[in-house]
Amino acid sequence: MASTVRLALLLLAYGPALQAADLRIALAADVTSVDPHFANIAPNNNIGWHVFDALTHVDADARLVPGLAVSWRAVDGTTWEFRMRRGVKFHDGGEFTAEDVVFSIERAAKLPNGQFAGFVQRIVAKQIVDPYTLRLKTATPYAMVPQDLNSIFIVSRKAAASAATEDFNSGRAIVGTGPFRFVAFRRGERVELARNDAYWGSAPAWDKVSFRIMPTDPARLAALLAGDADLIEQVPPADLARIRTRKDLQVAQKVSWRTLFFHLDQYRNRPPGVTDRGGKPPERNPFKDARVRLALSKAINRQAIVERVMEGTAIAAANLVSPPVFGHAAGLKPEAWDPEGAKKLLAAAGYPNGFAMVVHAPNNRYVNDDQIAQVVAQMLARVGIAARVETQPINVYLGKARAGEFAFAMLGWGSFSGDLALRALLATPDATRGTGAWNWSHYSNAKVDALIEQAFATVDEKKRESLAQEAMTLAMQDTAVIPLHHQLVSWAMKKPLTYAARTDEFTFAHHVRSR
Amino acid sequence: MPVYILRRLLQSLLVLFAMSLLVFLGVYAIGNPVDILISPQADQAEIARATAALGIDRPLAEQYWVFLRQAAAGDLGRSFAFNVPAIRLILERMPATLELAVTAMLIAIVLGIPLGLWAGLNPDSIAGKTIMTGSILGFSLPTFWVGLMLIMLFSVGLGWLPSGGRGPTVELLGVPVSFLSREGLAHLLLPAANLALFKLALIIRLARAGTREALLQDYVRFARAKGLTEARVIGVHVLKNILVPIVTVIGLEFGSVVAFAIVTESVFAWPGMGKLLIESINMLDRPVIVAYLCIIVTLFTLINLAVDMVYSLLDPRVRLSEADA
Repeated sequence: MASTVRLALLLLAYGPALQAADLRIALAADVTSVDPHFANIAPNNNIGWHVFDALTHVDADARLVPGLAVSWRAVDGTTWEFRMRRGVKFHDGGEFTAEDVVFSIERAAKLPNGQFAGFVQRIVAKQIVDPYTLRLKTATPYAMVPQDLNSIFIVSRKAAASAATEDFNSGRAIVGTGPFRFVAFRRGERVELARNDAYWGSAPAWDKVSFRIMPTDPARLAALLAGDADLIEQVPPADLARIRTRKDLQVAQKVSWRTLFFHLDQYRNRPPGVTDRGGKPPERNPFKDARVRLALSKAINRQAIVERVMEGTAIAAANLVSPPVFGHAAGLKPEAWDPEGAKKLLAAAGYPNGFAMVVHAPNNRYVNDDQIAQVVAQMLARVGIAARVETQPINVYLGKARAGEFAFAMLGWGSFSGDLALRALLATPDATRGTGAWNWSHYSNAKVDALIEQAFATVDEKKRESLAQEAMTLAMQDTAVIPLHHQLVSWAMKKPLTYAARTDEFTFAHHVRSR
Repeated sequence: MPVYILRRLLQSLLVLFAMSLLVFLGVYAIGNPVDILISPQADQAEIARATAALGIDRPLAEQYWVFLRQAAAGDLGRSFAFNVPAIRLILERMPATLELAVTAMLIAIVLGIPLGLWAGLNPDSIAGKTIMTGSILGFSLPTFWVGLMLIMLFSVGLGWLPSGGRGPTVELLGVPVSFLSREGLAHLLLPAANLALFKLALIIRLARAGTREALLQDYVRFARAKGLTEARVIGVHVLKNILVPIVTVIGLEFGSVVAFAIVTESVFAWPGMGKLLIESINMLDRPVIVAYLCIIVTLFTLINLAVDMVYSLLDPRVRLSEADA
C-alpha cells in the first residue's frame, strides 16, 4: 500500500517529464548554418553531430571510438583502410556505403568558403574496395587520418549532390545517418530535430528536440529556472552555487579540453611592452632565458586562481592538453607556487630588480579571462615584475596577437590530441609546412619539432601517444609557454534528467537521459 | 512637395555613402574577420585560402570599390559567418524586430498619452504625482536590469509568461508574425513592455508638460469661455496641440527603438536584427554590419519624412517646401 502511494506521488511529481518525450535545450552560441561542411565552429558541429555521423566518433573523454566505420587500420604507412558499418540507413531510407564517404570527403574539400578542406587535404587517393571497405592514401606517412575524419560529417551523396549551403539550411539536402532527423532551422532562434527511429546506435530517449539560441548567460539561466528549457549548457561558475541549492535542478560537470596558458615572446630582442623598471627598452629579451620563464611560472599561484577566480571550475595545468586527452603527459605536475624561488631565479638571470611588462588577454572569450589577467599581474608584482594589464574583445585581440603586437599573451586551446596541439602552438612557425600557426611565442626547439613530426608519421597509436607525451614533456620542462589551468565545463538540467558530460563541451540530446 | 521629397532622398543617399565608408574603415581597423571565423586547427595555408575566399586580402580601397559596384546593383555582399546574402539575413530578422518595436511603441503611446494628460490636468493629485514618480523610474532604470527583473518576476517567480524567445509565427501578407496567436502574444508581452518602458516615461513627461502649457493658452480659455464641454476642450484643443512635439518624438524614437532594441533582444533571446548586429560585430562580419546600417539609415530617413508629413496635417502652418520658399 505504502509503496503504491509512493509510486503515485512519484508519478505526480515526475509525470510530465516522463510522458512528454520532448527535450528543450538552450545553447550558448549561435548556429550560423546547418551545412556540415561550411563553418568549422562548435555550435554548428554540435548540431551536425545530431543529424550526421562521421567515420570516427569521440567518446566523453575525447578519445577516438568507432562511428560509421567499425574499424580502421594502417595497411602500410601511407594507406588507411576503413571498414564501414553495415545496414546503416540514411534518414531518407537510402543505404549508407563507402560511396557516401568519398562524396563527403570531396564535398568538404571543394565547398566554396568551406572550412573543412584542411582535414582531407592530405588524402591523395580514395579507393573503394567494396561498398563497405574504403582505402585512403596519403603522400607521406600520416597518422592523423582517423582523427581528421572525425571532423568530416558523412552526408548522403544522393540528397546532397551539388547542394549549396542554402539547400542544407532549407532542409532539402540535410540527410544524414545520425540519431536525429532535421526538422527546422530558424537562424538566430532555434533548431528543431526529431528522433531517427532507424538509428544504428542506442535509441535516443526523445521524440523531439528543440535547441534555442540564448547567448546571454542570465537569459539562459532564467529559461532553466522558469522551466522553459530542460537543460542549459555553459553555466557560468558564479551561478553554479545557486543552481546547486535548488532541489529540482542538478549540474553535470567535466574537465574540458580547453587549456589556458600564456605565450611569451622568445624571438625578438626587444619584445613590445617589456622594459626595465625605469621604462627603458631592455638590453636583451628576458623571455629568451629559460630561468625567467620558469620564474614567471613559479610566481603564479594556480591553486588560488582555480579556487578564487574560477570558483573551483578549473584544474591547475602543467600540460597543453587536459587529462583525458590523447597525449596528455601525466608525469608533468603543475609548477608549485614559489615566489621566493622565482625571485632567486630572476636574480640569477640578471634581473634582481625585475622588469616591466604588459599582460595581454581577451575580455570576452574564456571564462573570467580578464580577471585572470589581473590576478596574474598582481602575482607577478609580488616577485618584482611590474606588470600592466591590457584586455581587449576577442575580435580585436586575435588580430593584434597574430600581428605580433603582444609579448605576453593569454590563449585558450582545445585539441583532440597532444601532438595536434603542439604542432599548432609550439612547433617552429613554418607556413610551407603548416606548423606553428598559433605559435605566438615563436618558440623553436629542434628536438620538439622532430618528435612532433615523428608522432604525425607514426600510425601505431601507442607509439604515437608516447612520442606526443615526450614532446609535451620536453616543451613544458623548457617552460615554452606558461600553462594556467584546464577549464571545467558545466551543464545544468531539471531533475530527473542526467547528462553524460563531455570533455569536448558538446551538448548532445542523445546523451541526455531521463534517469 | 515632390521636389522636397526627392531632395530628402538624395540627402539620404549621401548619408548612406558616408556611413558605408566609415564602417569599412572601422571594421578594417578592428581586425581581420578570418582570425575569428577560422577553425583553430587551420594552418597558415588554410588561413590564406580563407582570406582570399572572402576577398579581404585585397587593398581596402579595392574592397570598397567592389562593394560600391555591387551595392549599386542592389547586392550588399554575402555574410562571412552565415554564407548567405547579408540583405536576406537582415530582412529575415526584420519582422521580429519591427513586431517588437511596434508593440512597444503602441504600449508607450496608448498608456503614455492618457497618463501624461491626466498628470497634466491634475498635477497636484496623488495619482498625478504617482505617475510622474513612476516615469522617473522608467527613465533611470537600466533596460538590461529591468528585463531581468521582469523575467525573474513573471517567468521564474509567477510562471505566467515565457522567459524568452519568440512564439510560433504565421504568415501575414507573406511576413511571418507572432502576435496573432495566444502563445505568440505571451512571448511578445514581456520584451515589448521592457522596450516600451523608457519611451513610455518620455511620452508621459512630454504629454504632461504640453498639457500644463496648453491649459494656460488663450485658445483654451477662449474655448472654455465659449462654453465648450470640457471633453471637447481637452480632447480636441489641448490634445491636438500637444501632439506636435509628441509625434516628433515618437517618430524619432521609433527609429531608435528599431535600431537599439539590441539590449532587450539579448535579454529575451528575441531573434531580431539587433541581436544579429551584435553577433556580427563580434565576428567582424562586415557585409552584415554595413547592410544593417544601410537599412537603418534608410529607415530613419523614411521615418523623418513621414513625421514631417504628419506635422503638416496636425499644424496647418507647416508647409513642406523648399526651406526659403
